[in-house]
Amino acid sequence: MSSRVLSAVLALWLATSAVSRAQDNDAAANPIWQRLHAQLFGGAPISVGDSVVALETPTRAEDAAIVPVAMRAQFAQTKERYIDKLWLIIDDNPSPIAAVFQFTPSSGRADIETRVRIEQYTHVRAIALVSDGTLHMATNYVKASGGCSAPAGKDAVAARAHLGDMRLRVYDAPAAGRAALVQLMISHPNDSGLAMDQLTRNYAPPHFVRSVEVRHGANLVMSATVDFSISENPNFRFYFVPGDAGELEAKVVDNQNLAFTASVKLDSPRVGAVSAPR
Amino acid sequence: MNEACAAAFAAWGLTPALWGLTPASWGQTPVFTWLFAAACAAITWSCAVCAEPLPDFQIENPAPGVYVHYGEQAEMTPANAGDIANLGFVVGDRCVAVIDTGGTYAVGRALRLAIRRVTSKPVCYVINTHVHPDHVFGNAAFADDAPVFVGHATLAQSLRRRGPNYLNALTRDLGAVAAGSALVSPTHAVASDERLDLGGRSLGVRAWKTAHTDGDLTVFDESSGTLWLGDLCFVGHLPVVDGSLRGFLSAIRELRTVTAQRVVPGHGRAAAWPAAIAPQARYLERLLADVRAALAAGTPLAQAIDGVGYDAAERWLLADRFHKRNVTAAYAELEWDE
Ligand SMILES: [Zn+2]
Repeated sequence: MSSRVLSAVLALWLATSAVSRAQDNDAAANPIWQRLHAQLFGGAPISVGDSVVALETPTRAEDAAIVPVAMRAQFAQTKERYIDKLWLIIDDNPSPIAAVFQFTPSSGRADIETRVRIEQYTHVRAIALVSDGTLHMATNYVKASGGCSAPAGKDAVAARAHLGDMRLRVYDAPAAGRAALVQLMISHPNDSGLAMDQLTRNYAPPHFVRSVEVRHGANLVMSATVDFSISENPNFRFYFVPGDAGELEAKVVDNQNLAFTASVKLDSPRVGAVSAPR
Repeated sequence: MNEACAAAFAAWGLTPALWGLTPASWGQTPVFTWLFAAACAAITWSCAVCAEPLPDFQIENPAPGVYVHYGEQAEMTPANAGDIANLGFVVGDRCVAVIDTGGTYAVGRALRLAIRRVTSKPVCYVINTHVHPDHVFGNAAFADDAPVFVGHATLAQSLRRRGPNYLNALTRDLGAVAAGSALVSPTHAVASDERLDLGGRSLGVRAWKTAHTDGDLTVFDESSGTLWLGDLCFVGHLPVVDGSLRGFLSAIRELRTVTAQRVVPGHGRAAAWPAAIAPQARYLERLLADVRAALAAGTPLAQAIDGVGYDAAERWLLADRFHKRNVTAAYAELEWDE
């Protein structure tokens, strides 16, 4: 009898957890999303689907601290029609608005690849504001990682030692008029911090990248406001359309107002320089 | 748990038999079944902190005063109660040192009962080899012993950063089976090498540079030549990189020069030393080479996660759970070498 009692308990648990999973999967009903929809977009209608922006995530976060995410525009940026902004939202993270990216026609393509922390089972959303004023959203559901993976950084000592190192790299040989892939790597703990521990007096203030701005001469290529939902050592891959030669320059500012820059000359070696905090 | 539940119902005169709920009729009486189950779950919950010992908790005694419990090679599930890591204890003339405590309070409790079957000497040290939940959540079962909780110098901070996530995931995945599990911080931090005296017997505790995690400890019992490796050594279970791949490989190079009569890995059984660590070294060396090759080819992370393989002939356990995670961690570490 006792094993039947156990299976009844299990059945009850499975039944209730199946109900809550089904609710989780209803992307529109998530109360956090409903609040963000009102807050960020004033409740404006958003068309759902991937005809404007497609979202790529794994179905399961293998490593909670580093989950690759890509938002891919479904058309090239032109003066007539372009993606103005992309929001990356992770509903059930402590800070759901992971990043807001701003693009221009000079971006070529409004594509972004980055990595995020995933705290628990959650919807992830890519929302595009098109230059015609319309909003479009692609949503994926991502399962959390196993119990021994945490979104915290892997090596706190190493993270401090390399703070502010940057790499800016153009992958494709710059050719006028064609979108070239760029990668920006920032060595930074991108940490949400820890509250004071009354016992140990142990304290770690939040320390995370706040803004990223990439320019090609006078043209803005991409700018972003980001948060600690972005993984340690923030990494962004995106496009730009090289015009004349000159420099591609990235400027990063964190929440403690430390600024870091890197630049790459477009007519010479393709790996950019590194700079210390100023 | 089942007995406790049945006993409670018997005491109330509410056995299923009195309701005519014979096992055969359970399926046809969902409402009663659920009521009974819900009541039973409530009892289980309220009684979980006085968790029963795990019925099949085995300890081995490979050398005088040395006791090892081999955890199951699995992920933590309600069925295994989080009993998936290797644990043990060493008995000196004066007192007992515990090395890792298991993935739940229930496992820690079973370990403590196993100690009491062997000796009545007090538990003076509880050593955690690192921060992972399958090694630390049984700590709470030793709180009444008021031992010195020993960990790597980084352990307290890591527990604060990761602990809340670990506890959430434990509750999510194990439910009531996790009851009583709690985060217990080290009261003594080890920054390099130390000896812990158990009376007529001492343990050498060594803190490593970032390898499996950024806070790995090994424990060496000098009298028996037993080396406890924690998760610096996996046997059978796919090695997990949660610190630094390069650091892990250099720790292995150094470990291979260490002489020991026997070793206790964090997961799995070691037959001979240092041969036992060779498959792990092969796996990690190939991971290093393949991820470097993917980076050199400009492969983005998401594609590398799906594309970088491992040697299936090694028959690793849990590779589907940990290999992609290892590729991710390795990629994020090695991309800065480019
Ligand atoms: Zn571990």
